[in-house]
Amino acid sequence: MTKRIIIVGAGHNGLVCAAYLARAGREVLVLEANAQVGGAAVTRTFAPGYQVPAVAHLLYGFDPVIERELRLRQHGLTDAKSRGLTVALNPNGAPLVHDGRQVLSGLSHAEDRQAFADFMHKMRRLAVLLKCQHGRTPPQLTWASWRDAWPLVRLALQLRLLGRADMRELLRMITMPMHDVLEESFAGDLLKGALAVDAVLGTKLGPRSGNTVLNFLHRYTGASAPRVPVGGMGAVSESLASAARAAGAQIRLGARVAAINIESGRATGVTLASGEVIGASTVVSGADPKTTFEHLVGLQHLEAELARRIHHMRCEGTAAKLHVALRTLPQFTGVEVALVGERLLIAPSALYVDEAFNPAKYGEYSSDPILEISIPSIADPTLAPAGHHVLSAIVQYAPAQLTGGWEAQRAAFEARVLAVLERYAPEFGSHVVATELLTPVDLEAQFGLRGGHWHHGELTLDQYLTLRPVPGLGHYATPVQALYLCGAGCHPGGGVMGVAGRNAACVILQGGVS
Amino acid sequence: MRTPRKHFRQVVKYTPFHSRTVAANELNLWHRWRDYSVADAYFDVSLEYTALRNTCAVFDISPMTKHRITGPDALAFMNRLVTRDVAKIKPGRVGYAVWCDEQGQVVDDGTIFHLSPGVYRLCSQERQLDWLHTARLGFDVTVVEETEDVAALSLQGPTSCATLCALGLTGVETLTPFAMRSFVFGGTELMVSRTGFTGDLGYELWIDPDQAEALWDALFEAGTLYGIRPLGTHALDIARIEAGYIQAGVDFLPADHAIRADRTRSPFELDLAWLVDFSKPHFTGRRALLAEQSRGSRYRFVRLDVAGNKPATDAYVYDAKHRVVGAVTSAVWSPMSKASIALASVAMPHGAVGTPLWAEIYYQKELKWNRTNAECTVLAGPSYAPPRRKMTPAPLR
Repeated sequence: MTKRIIIVGAGHNGLVCAAYLARAGREVLVLEANAQVGGAAVTRTFAPGYQVPAVAHLLYGFDPVIERELRLRQHGLTDAKSRGLTVALNPNGAPLVHDGRQVLSGLSHAEDRQAFADFMHKMRRLAVLLKCQHGRTPPQLTWASWRDAWPLVRLALQLRLLGRADMRELLRMITMPMHDVLEESFAGDLLKGALAVDAVLGTKLGPRSGNTVLNFLHRYTGASAPRVPVGGMGAVSESLASAARAAGAQIRLGARVAAINIESGRATGVTLASGEVIGASTVVSGADPKTTFEHLVGLQHLEAELARRIHHMRCEGTAAKLHVALRTLPQFTGVEVALVGERLLIAPSALYVDEAFNPAKYGEYSSDPILEISIPSIADPTLAPAGHHVLSAIVQYAPAQLTGGWEAQRAAFEARVLAVLERYAPEFGSHVVATELLTPVDLEAQFGLRGGHWHHGELTLDQYLTLRPVPGLGHYATPVQALYLCGAGCHPGGGVMGVAGRNAACVILQGGVS
Repeated sequence: MRTPRKHFRQVVKYTPFHSRTVAANELNLWHRWRDYSVADAYFDVSLEYTALRNTCAVFDISPMTKHRITGPDALAFMNRLVTRDVAKIKPGRVGYAVWCDEQGQVVDDGTIFHLSPGVYRLCSQERQLDWLHTARLGFDVTVVEETEDVAALSLQGPTSCATLCALGLTGVETLTPFAMRSFVFGGTELMVSRTGFTGDLGYELWIDPDQAEALWDALFEAGTLYGIRPLGTHALDIARIEAGYIQAGVDFLPADHAIRADRTRSPFELDLAWLVDFSKPHFTGRRALLAEQSRGSRYRFVRLDVAGNKPATDAYVYDAKHRVVGAVTSAVWSPMSKASIALASVAMPHGAVGTPLWAEIYYQKELKWNRTNAECTVLAGPSYAPPRRKMTPAPLR
């Protein structure tokens, strides 16, 4: 019988998992449908001569432990020069600039300076508790022995060890809407708008929705400032693939897995779209949970209740991606040239973000969407022809289930987004060489993200920790013998972190996480 | 799409036979079965029971929850739902089955009618629409609740076959147990299955509700010389306990009603291991039942012969060291076996066949409470199982 472990999908989590398993001496075969590794962390050409990170474009919480253990620097991962600043564009004047700790310029209300520093300091302290849980399988809620109970006891202890004030504050805020927290903390609209973006990006939530503080904390469990790798996000994946291959893992590209084969309740391998059957002793799916069970495994192999929980898992994406090839660097009003390469936000107030969200609730796109913009060609000129640039923007809200469908409305939406850009960067349109709009529907088709959701499932308390992706699947193993999950649908969730891949590998190797 | 029925506006429901059951119900005793008004007894519980065991008796089973399952994946769906291999229930056959939740605990029991290739009717005690819609995910099937669309009578007893022959159902005596066949009655289809809840020779008749009253009338006319009587729930209950049949909500708690984990029972714990087939494709509860099989069950379902003549209703069950090891779930004085019998659930490893148990029975005599500890014998099978229940052709008298 084969000892081969098949990993479905060469996304960053699949590659991390492959690298760890291969380092432990396992025979690992990674099967990737697309022609390049990386899943949603790829750099690809969208117009002749112009490359962009196709989905994720800023590196937030990539686990430094993984970076160190897999020696990713030796495998080519380097950071571009970036100050990690956030620049909140101002339609009426100078932008607000912060580095995640201090506001550097552009404050409309002086009292916000200290308030921001205090707020971010507190949020980082609280985020530590969430961060602590990352490298571990989530606590079990039923247990046969004290050993099983320990993770839950430890979580309770860590919560208490935050200290009385912080523990209270965390418990008070964890389910709160970000909007209410912003209102009690700050005066300036531009600042509140920028922080509201951090609480809703990638979700189908508005700043007045519950769980947005949780999302904000989740973002800050990584670093307080985003990183830009040289070569774009694809470079992260390439370094992971290089580390996995060096450890002995095989990676097959253009090999789309059509089904995970199950016999007598046990995964026995996969069938490719080509019809080829590959046997395995263990199958690890980096695909999102819905794709894994509804399409690859088949719900009939699960218990009825688990099938229902998976069916009802929330994963409707609302974030589109706009790529623009530019013949020159755009001029954003009031933004000095030195700041254009930083993370630019279009979300002038929390109310603006909330109003952008409203149509999404009813299956319509925002006519004034929020944008997170990166111009990676400033730090990495190889991405565009000399003197030219590429702009990468996450555009929200663009719900996957658009009433009337995306085909009929994609041009109108793209025109809206370009009009918004024009408002902040006059003559923007005249610099455009080419554009590419990826709606959530495109993201699903091209990257296999079910519902076009970047995080393989909404990150809310009911789909968090032990409950992620759904109750009964919270520990990487599944009820199907020899089938494991390793993607962002698992704890600790989305963002290019790699932690789920590492945790899954630990579970497979030891039946526990170290 | 069916038109909205606004059925929820009606608190009490009446079966298609109601005009006839009202007329027959001399005692005017009624209770609710899934919102339907049905007779406890019609004229005398003992005499109704006597008719059932000596001639034949008619019980209105229209309130039974009925679902029709169709579609390309109907067999796969049924197999994922229940613990037994539905592929072995051929068209024209009926099978008894249980279905479990993911913990391997019984949600309900019922009968599967394989009406025509790939078309199934599932009959159950409890309402199951929500459960079936949950189980449907991932299958190309249609599940339709058809409880109101089918009227049904159960005709049970030694002269049941003769009565049906007199009704003009030529050849009905060749039906084997758990087989069904279509006849024509009043210009419409009358489906007859050799099934029942009494452990005796008997049939169930399924017809369009419009023909219900005509069927009742014709049946009673055909059965006049065969001692046909209407049968209420009380008399039926005696028969089903004699036959050793379990009832949802009485002998086990449906898993989806349970709040406390130890209140439910697995098929193994209901003496239904014969219904669990691990060699067939995956079914809900399979993993939990495999684990139970290797770990051992918590409870055992037992059929008891209780010493004395007092029904051991709701009695605690003790072992030889006078420790409580379980409780009686159903108990009755069995006229056929001339014994007090009971169904009970006891903790493992108690209750092996032949081992003694004791039932603590409380009973009243002229308002004075008395207590007795009656020794019980664990029986290997049901108290009453006459050979005619399996005979084909069925005896005509």
